[in-house]
Amino acid sequence: MNSVPLLEVKNLKTHFHTERGRVTAVNGVSFTINKGEIIGIVGESGCGKSVMSQSIIRLLEHTDSIEYEGEVRFDNQELLSMPISQLRAIRGDEIAMIFQDPLSSLNPVYTIGNQIVEVLRQHQKISKKEAHKKAIEVLRATGIPSPEIRVNDYPHQLSGGMQQRAMIAMALSCEPKLLIADEPTTALDVTIQAQIIELIMELNRTMGMGVLFITHDLGVVSEICTSVKVMYLGQIVEDTTTERLFATPLHPYTQGLIKSIPRMDGNRHEKLHVIEGTVPSIADIPRGCSFSTRCPYADERCFNEEPLMEKVNAEHSVKCWNYAAINNLEGRA
Amino acid sequence: MRNETTANQPILEVISLEKKFPVYGSFGKWFGTKSYVNAVTDVSFRLYKGETYGLVGESGSGKSTTGRTILGLTPATSGQVLYEDKDLAKLTRNELRKFRKDIQFVFQDPFSSLNPRKRIGPILEEPLLIHKMGDQKQRQEQVFRILEIVGLQPEHYFRYPHEFSGGQRQRVGLARALIMNPKIIVCDEPVSALDVSIQSQILNILKELQKELQLTLLFITHDISVVRYISDRIGIMYLGTIVEEALTDDLFNEPLHPYTKALFSAVPDFTRNRLSERVILKGEIPSPLSPPSGCVFHTRCPYATDICKAEVPGLKEVRPNQRVACHLISAH
Repeated sequence: MNSVPLLEVKNLKTHFHTERGRVTAVNGVSFTINKGEIIGIVGESGCGKSVMSQSIIRLLEHTDSIEYEGEVRFDNQELLSMPISQLRAIRGDEIAMIFQDPLSSLNPVYTIGNQIVEVLRQHQKISKKEAHKKAIEVLRATGIPSPEIRVNDYPHQLSGGMQQRAMIAMALSCEPKLLIADEPTTALDVTIQAQIIELIMELNRTMGMGVLFITHDLGVVSEICTSVKVMYLGQIVEDTTTERLFATPLHPYTQGLIKSIPRMDGNRHEKLHVIEGTVPSIADIPRGCSFSTRCPYADERCFNEEPLMEKVNAEHSVKCWNYAAINNLEGRA
Repeated sequence: MRNETTANQPILEVISLEKKFPVYGSFGKWFGTKSYVNAVTDVSFRLYKGETYGLVGESGSGKSTTGRTILGLTPATSGQVLYEDKDLAKLTRNELRKFRKDIQFVFQDPFSSLNPRKRIGPILEEPLLIHKMGDQKQRQEQVFRILEIVGLQPEHYFRYPHEFSGGQRQRVGLARALIMNPKIIVCDEPVSALDVSIQSQILNILKELQKELQLTLLFITHDISVVRYISDRIGIMYLGTIVEEALTDDLFNEPLHPYTKALFSAVPDFTRNRLSERVILKGEIPSPLSPPSGCVFHTRCPYATDICKAEVPGLKEVRPNQRVACHLISAH
């Protein structure tokens, strides 16, 4: 494996200045992605996973009330301090992004082909004709039937699954090194979702690009990702390989999440696990451990002191004071 | 009290329900109907007292239209819905009013189904007012009682919908359905908009209330693991028809219809071996504007033969309590 990571995020913080004061949506997130890896970010709505992914390529820049802290290194370049013109050359070319709702991210008045050609000509010196040819090629690579005809279609003429394929085609047209996928299958039916997951995995294999896969669906994560980071209130609370996450989750939040999903092999007559309470507002993050207000194991220290991310072993880190006691790891770890 | 129905007597029976939506040209209705969207082509099933019937399908399969047609929110093109052996289409206004009291609806998006300018109390009281039940004080008491049942606090009576979180709003949606003391609740994707930790709360409440209040639920969803958890029986819908129907355990132990098999194997599930064989369907659900001839699934079915393209397979009872619409599956 490459020793220099493709993307290195160090202590990333994103603050919004609002009328009610400063709100921290992403609160010190660190991780790395190597070439060819698929990293999953899981969390419920409001945990800051989307803001985090958009902060990486500073998509939220247009609001002047936003403030970034930390470091985002991509291919030995620092993205957060880079002039925006330079960043624009990277966005869409070396780092591409796909979103949850393909229809609202495609321009309704241009054909699919037109939009792919635009991306290509923005980043590469090629003629319109060549770009058009390449557009057909990438559409074919994403499994759109008869791409020669589809290339002239407008977004509304395609079905939801086809729109998402077109989005992926556009993202892949410049052969990016990193793909950021923000809930790319959430709006799709399960049979179509299975097709899209298969497609992303295949492209990851053949092109060797790194993927940052953001989702709320633990099932999807288990299918696609090599390692997973669980986010809660703007922070990563657990970070491990996919196998370990489902086999031995250590953080009480992760354990709660996994238990509260109705399992395909679970007992139907048992009550589902419930994580007490609701996610606090990010304007009102609890003192100490951010999960303390909902944690069944919280004690005095959890309410007052914030735990640090602790390495349990080479593959597993967790942000919890009591993980060893909760999981009977005392003396072993 | 009405006379007790026996276990085999369905409380609600749907017989060959059909719903077509007309499609007009660019001049509206002036030049007549261009074509029809065949949202529901042929749906028959029975709801028994106290059970939960899960209606599963992907978008465009007609599951929501089925639910709405049963309630009379949109009139059926043909077919019958029998409630306690009475045809709903032939009910008088007064009878219909009583029926509407007995059957309630919970929608997917709790926020857009609540009036943003009304407080929760009046929202919940309104159905009682419409049905002229009790006086002001009794109605208020009833609302407080229901709020407690769904796990909300009395002070929520005076709040506006925007002051609630998603899970709480869905509790309000449930409360509004329960306030009429219904016999049947049709739930259309009630947990799809919620986070998993909230989803489990609502599912638990639904299950508890059903036991406590002897409710019959028609649970419409696209989520396979949720429907498995909540339902006693399940009907799988594809392009306007039920292609398979069985008891939940039987269905998950051995799904028979090729579509059911593909649907189940497409569900991402962390309990399953990551490398297990998956059936990935090619293509997409065809447009209900021009559904395929014969078996609606033949365009995507890996086993389709000539007969599938020509003839519509009827729902046949293959095993006790398991009905399948497929030419290739015969009774054991």
